[in-house]
Amino acid sequence: MKKVLILGATSSIAKAIADELASQGANLFLAGRNSLELERTARDLEIRHKIEVNFGQVDSKDFVSHASFIKEAIEDLGGIDGVVFAIGHLGEQPQDSHDGETAREIVDINFTSAVTLLSSVANVLEDQEYGFILGLSSVAGDRARQSNYVYGAAKGGLSLYLQGLRNRLDRYGVQVITLKLGFVDTPMTYGKKRLFWVSSPEYVGRLACQTLKKSAGVYYIPCFWRMIMFIIRCVPERIFKKLSL
Amino acid sequence: MGKFIEKNLSGWAQYPRSTGRVYRPEKLQSIVDILRDREEHSYIGRGMGRSYGDAALNEGGGLILTDRIRRFLSFNSITGIATCEAGMTLGRILQVLVPQGWFLPVTPGTKFVTIAGAVACDVHGKNHHVDGSISNFVLGLDLLLADGRFLSCSREENADLFWATLGGMGLTGMILAVTLSLRRIDSAFIQVDYQRTKDLDETMTLLEDQDKQHTYSVAWVDGLASGRHLGRGVLIHGDHASSQDLSGRQRLAPFNFNHRCSWNVPFQFPDFVLNRLSIGAFNSLYYRRFQGNCSGVIVDYDRFFYPLDSVYKWYRMYGRQGFVQYQCVIPLETSSKALKEILDHLRRDGIPSYLVVLKRFGEETGIISFPKPGYTLAMDIPVAGRQLFSSLKKLDRCVLNNGGRVYLGKDACLSAGSFREMYPRYGEWLDLKQKFDPKNIFSSNLSRRLKISGVQK
Repeated sequence: MKKVLILGATSSIAKAIADELASQGANLFLAGRNSLELERTARDLEIRHKIEVNFGQVDSKDFVSHASFIKEAIEDLGGIDGVVFAIGHLGEQPQDSHDGETAREIVDINFTSAVTLLSSVANVLEDQEYGFILGLSSVAGDRARQSNYVYGAAKGGLSLYLQGLRNRLDRYGVQVITLKLGFVDTPMTYGKKRLFWVSSPEYVGRLACQTLKKSAGVYYIPCFWRMIMFIIRCVPERIFKKLSL
Repeated sequence: MGKFIEKNLSGWAQYPRSTGRVYRPEKLQSIVDILRDREEHSYIGRGMGRSYGDAALNEGGGLILTDRIRRFLSFNSITGIATCEAGMTLGRILQVLVPQGWFLPVTPGTKFVTIAGAVACDVHGKNHHVDGSISNFVLGLDLLLADGRFLSCSREENADLFWATLGGMGLTGMILAVTLSLRRIDSAFIQVDYQRTKDLDETMTLLEDQDKQHTYSVAWVDGLASGRHLGRGVLIHGDHASSQDLSGRQRLAPFNFNHRCSWNVPFQFPDFVLNRLSIGAFNSLYYRRFQGNCSGVIVDYDRFFYPLDSVYKWYRMYGRQGFVQYQCVIPLETSSKALKEILDHLRRDGIPSYLVVLKRFGEETGIISFPKPGYTLAMDIPVAGRQLFSSLKKLDRCVLNNGGRVYLGKDACLSAGSFREMYPRYGEWLDLKQKFDPKNIFSSNLSRRLKISGVQK
């Protein structure tokens, strides 16, 4: 029986991933900020999939609490086979990029919290020499653009951090997967205009869990984003800097 | 939060259409925030958009979608009592709980409705003559009131709010969760008897005679037959099959059946496709199918309750202009006369009806709930030309004169005056609306048309 910790479990993508894992019989520990939502999601998963789901409250910006939180969560699960990092915050772009304090918050939530939370899990997985880390990053992290570059920079940092973890943990048989998501139909994108190809959270959840059967690496969801981002990365900086994206 | 999408929407019948701002909260707190920010003149909850008319439309106002708030909150596998969030669909309940031997106590003709919508319309099913409407099985409700308060209600606690909300068309507050008592079943199958009738009198007599012996009972009526055939149809009686009723393979796995593949109507049919001829041909074919003895047929619950659910977007068959679904109930005393009048009206005005369904209702519940003892008649009528609406006015009048009423969950045309005559307890309900939502923060196109929000009594 798999035991999986889900960080940022109240987001719709995380719920879809939890649903997929639960349907495969995994026992879950849901971590997030809103304990009312966590409890309701946990009960729902238990009833529909007849599995055990626990939950705990964690504030992604309260970095000092992270190590002990992870320890308790793993004790609660009775071991750990994997972790899903689904914490994310877009902020009000582009205004938030101009204000140092809100910009820092975006970096704290998207990037710093991943470092503080996942490093504790990584140590455990390294010691036991099995397990997986599934990190939800974004295509926005592949190249920063003026409309959301703080978010992009934080997600880019997350992608690099996961890359490092993958390199470190591969030899211990720990599978580190970076998912680079395109637009997903969540509150983050709801009501935004001119979005290209919006996927449903359920679709992302299904594909995310399929990558667990593949080898460690970087996956784009939907996969055509790999091509698009390749082209975008190829644009020379002297041209890119003049584009308004 | 505060993010919305402005959309031109309609009910399931595609008529009427209206533009509102659609909010889609995913967390309970987001609903609270939306109501606190008060950026719209009013709000109404919207689930799957399966009510036919304008019940879940709010011109220039806010619509709060519940389709992302749809969790099971509790389920007791011994008592069969389940609590679900507003956006939980009946289909999802069935999908999870049928394999455990539980079924919905009452179900309308589609499973693609949310539980909150079902409660707000106080839906009925083919078992109304014995079990009544869904409100008989609702044990409790969690509401978010206009002033931002969470309030639980039941028959014991805040009973006035409870009764005003059942059939209250979502106007008393946002329904956040529903506690429902489910029905125990031995299998996912229904044992069905089909019986052809030659005219309306026979249809009604047989419905009356055989109703009590069956949990489910309904009659399909050929809306185009006239003269001595007026009101001919096919009686459909059903009961949950016990495992003894099943054949060998089904008995081994009584909750398994092959789900039918679903069809999509890929585009709107041109308006000429559905006409007297094509509908007449369909009706004759359907009628002829049930020659001879058709009793004890075992069908799965999807086929029995939800034949149309296997055709996604079937409203597209009615073309660009959509259709209206007209459903009324006529008290027993006057029903025979009134039903003949109505069918005659339709025929004389040349209004073809694809699907006419007749059924007996049992006891009345709720303050402004639709069902009351008598016969209910439901029909799909394509919208073609304005003359339809004058015909519908005539029907309203006929229903009213015979002491009947029209179903708000399907209605698109009823006037405020007729509503008041049809629903004599509306004053009592308005007092409760005033008590729980004095500023009419919950309002819809339907409530404004019927003048039950934002106007004096």
